[in-house]
Amino acid sequence: MFDLDRWQEIYHVLRKNKLRTFLTAFGVFWGIFMLVIMMGSGDGLKNGVSQNFGDMATNSVFIWAQQTSVPYKGFTRGRQFDYENADVRALGDAIPEIKYLAPRTNVGGYNGTNNVIRGLKSGAFQIFGDYPVLDSIDPVNLLQGRFINELDIKEKRKIVVIGLRVKELLFEKKENPINQYIQVNGVYFKVVGLFKSKRTGEAASNDNQRIHMPFTTCQKTFNMGDAIGFFNITSKDGIPVAVVEEKAIKVLKKRHSVAPTDDAAIGHFNLEVEYKKMVGLFLGIRILVWIVGIGTLLAGVIGVSNIMLVVVKERTKEIGIQRALGATPWIIISQIITESVVLTTFSGYFGLTLGVGLLELINFLLEKTKANTDMFLHPGINFNVAITALVILIVAGAVAGLVPARKAVSVKPIDALRYE
Amino acid sequence: MSCCPGTRDLNRLPMIDISNIHKTYITGNNKLHVLKGINLKIEAGEMISVMGASGSGKSTLLNILGILDNHDHGEYLLNGIKIEHLNERKAAQLRNKYLGFVFQSFNLVSFKNAAENVALPLYYQNVKRKKRNAIAMEYLDRMGLKEWAHHLPNELSGGQKQRVAIARALIGKPKVILADEPTGALDSVTSQEVMDILTEINKNENITMLIVTHELDISRRTQKTIRITDGMITEIVKNEKIVMNVMS
Repeated sequence: MFDLDRWQEIYHVLRKNKLRTFLTAFGVFWGIFMLVIMMGSGDGLKNGVSQNFGDMATNSVFIWAQQTSVPYKGFTRGRQFDYENADVRALGDAIPEIKYLAPRTNVGGYNGTNNVIRGLKSGAFQIFGDYPVLDSIDPVNLLQGRFINELDIKEKRKIVVIGLRVKELLFEKKENPINQYIQVNGVYFKVVGLFKSKRTGEAASNDNQRIHMPFTTCQKTFNMGDAIGFFNITSKDGIPVAVVEEKAIKVLKKRHSVAPTDDAAIGHFNLEVEYKKMVGLFLGIRILVWIVGIGTLLAGVIGVSNIMLVVVKERTKEIGIQRALGATPWIIISQIITESVVLTTFSGYFGLTLGVGLLELINFLLEKTKANTDMFLHPGINFNVAITALVILIVAGAVAGLVPARKAVSVKPIDALRYE
Repeated sequence: MSCCPGTRDLNRLPMIDISNIHKTYITGNNKLHVLKGINLKIEAGEMISVMGASGSGKSTLLNILGILDNHDHGEYLLNGIKIEHLNERKAAQLRNKYLGFVFQSFNLVSFKNAAENVALPLYYQNVKRKKRNAIAMEYLDRMGLKEWAHHLPNELSGGQKQRVAIARALIGKPKVILADEPTGALDSVTSQEVMDILTEINKNENITMLIVTHELDISRRTQKTIRITDGMITEIVKNEKIVMNVMS
């Protein structure tokens, strides 16, 4: 219920010593402001790093062939070997935990670039031979046309899906690349799709300089026989990809006569492990931010409690008058707690608003200036965090007022009236 | 009023009935026995003054009667209600319902105007703001302060402040008004004006009054005067005539 007298008293108390009120409020304001900024920045950092994964399935593992390091079955150490098409079926048959299995190959080896020409324009890009299933593991934003399909694989069509940067370098600005031809290492391919990476920063820049062609086409056109460059595998939902990783390595070692103890022969990278490390890191950052933020806020709230103690002491006589006239202890306690909550909530709300405003401004500037934000993207706090912060403020305000309020009513009315 | 066994009118319940009241203040190792067995009965509608030297215990007695302080020993009945071991909530409610206070230093709330100060007891009775302000205006009008209703205490003279305090003491329709040196901070003319008001209230509204004072002029305007010496009632005077001398 709105009580004008109570608000009149709160206004009087807060206005009586403006500088003191301002400094007290500033403590709480600063606490919540810092909490919001730190939470938002942590969120921005997380978004930035997460965006580097794009929409890639984080339960992925990459497996490629390296040199053997242990002599085995009559083979000497240092043997080079390639995976073969038959490995795909063998892996699929042996490992039921696999969800997607994408054999991949790249022209010119890992990170190799190739001469791609269109008319008088040319560029050096990475060329991958892929299956359509890749789009389920590491999807891209298709801007025009389509991705590789099963018919392309079956008929070994000479088609390519190109990245945005490839288009920018080989085509005129307003030119439609679809159904146009480009020359890859001297062979003509028809462009059927144009994509843009879902990642940000350098990762996106690399993606956009890629050209994907059907896996079978790549093997045949560039004389790779049935060699596979590497596998990109995901596990079924709820199954750690490490299970698939371990089994796949075992199968491949057996199929390619690699010693079971040879850890160097098969290269592998478990994205899930890296992703979990990152998630753990950001959880740690979040916990740290809450601890620091709450600590700062607590300092502000203790300041409020301290000042409320001073206010109560100053108002001892006034409280004594009120009690003599019939104010019950609850009226006094609720009045002081309300004052504390009002001071805390208003200053905290201001800190919250300003913090969110600053994060929005940073967001706006990042987008407007198109700054390279590999590690920082869309800083902000979600609604739940804001509500949590507000609830913390109100509770903290009440707690801050509780001690002074109890002190106010612990004095006998006559002692309060005599206080000068 | 009676102070001795056998003099009590059994058909009439005293407004204030205290017997063998003791009060000791303890500060560190020092014990100060302020009230040493006070017996007193005050009938409804009586106007009594309490006199005594500084430190004699008169204000302590007033504070105990006003439920602002506790007695250590003895019995206190206010309008038949036993005042003993009350929690602060109950004590506040009894003060609000039965008692009105007038202090030497007025004790007005500095940020509330005259009308709001007068209305305070009704605020604690949960009377709606509009209604209590209207009632406060009536009481201020009775005190001749209607035009000063919206002035803050620091804009009022001493006499005006005390009249506001009296209006505030009256607004809750108390059974007893306890006044601790109500004229102590006023000049003689204003003191008489304040006493005129208190006397008129006592006469017209039958409100019991207990006035602690140092001034003989003031005490003479009450029906009876109690003299306290060293924590004991030593003398009760009626209309300038000693009706009982406890010490004799």
